[in-house]
Amino acid sequence: MALAIEIASWVLLMSGSALLLIGGIGLIRFPDFYSRVQAAGLTDTLCSIFILTGLMLQADSVPLAAKILFTLLFLLFTGPTASHALAKTAHHDGLRPWKRNDGGASSNR
Amino acid sequence: MTRYTVTLTLVLAVLWLLLSGMWTHPIILPLGAASVALTVWLSHRLDIVDRESDPVHLVVPSIKYWPWLLGQILRANLQVARRILGNPRDLSPRMARVRLTQQSDLGRSIFANSITLTPGTVTIRVAEREILYYAISEDLVAELDEGEMDRRVTRLEKEL
Repeated sequence: MALAIEIASWVLLMSGSALLLIGGIGLIRFPDFYSRVQAAGLTDTLCSIFILTGLMLQADSVPLAAKILFTLLFLLFTGPTASHALAKTAHHDGLRPWKRNDGGASSNR
Repeated sequence: MTRYTVTLTLVLAVLWLLLSGMWTHPIILPLGAASVALTVWLSHRLDIVDRESDPVHLVVPSIKYWPWLLGQILRANLQVARRILGNPRDLSPRMARVRLTQQSDLGRSIFANSITLTPGTVTIRVAEREILYYAISEDLVAELDEGEMDRRVTRLEKEL
């Protein structure tokens, strides 16, 4: 049982780390502001779910696991708010989404 | 004693127990009980113990909605990850609009937040009858247009 929990915990931690890495790569590779917000969304959502659930399985007491769970819940409630605020401000300022034949300009106001 | 007083006391007590971890301490535990009692009394004096500040009625409907939302988040994450590792220039991003059928502000914000929470789409503006959002590709637009998320949030709203 302890071994199963340990394995599950490490699988979650490793896949979370992989997603974090992919999110970081996306942040660089994606063409414009809006799509980069989406890449950051990867680290906001599934990555934090995986890593914090993995850590919860490592916790040796209920209060510790509960604190990690609260952290996860707060992240899941505040993450979208931040993404939305960024995207809305960009839209308000007239930034248009990237189009395939724009020639790579990341901002074309 | 309204039912909101009871639920507020319960929520505060459980929160205190979980955050402190002092379940048997002879001095700290009574202090915790006292601080819960003080908080409930102060909330009563402020007259803020009501349905909005103590939304326990959200718990059961949310627990039914979240597993589905988590599934969507998982799927959307894998899609975006595939795009990042594939050709990132192979995107078809655009602004799009989706109709919403929720009646309350709470329902609309749950829908708007669900759109933002699934990677690949982010809510820009919420209006009475529609949401303006950004989607990273055309198939995500088609998926939202199909309307399953909207239907599920409306069903969740009706249970509140």
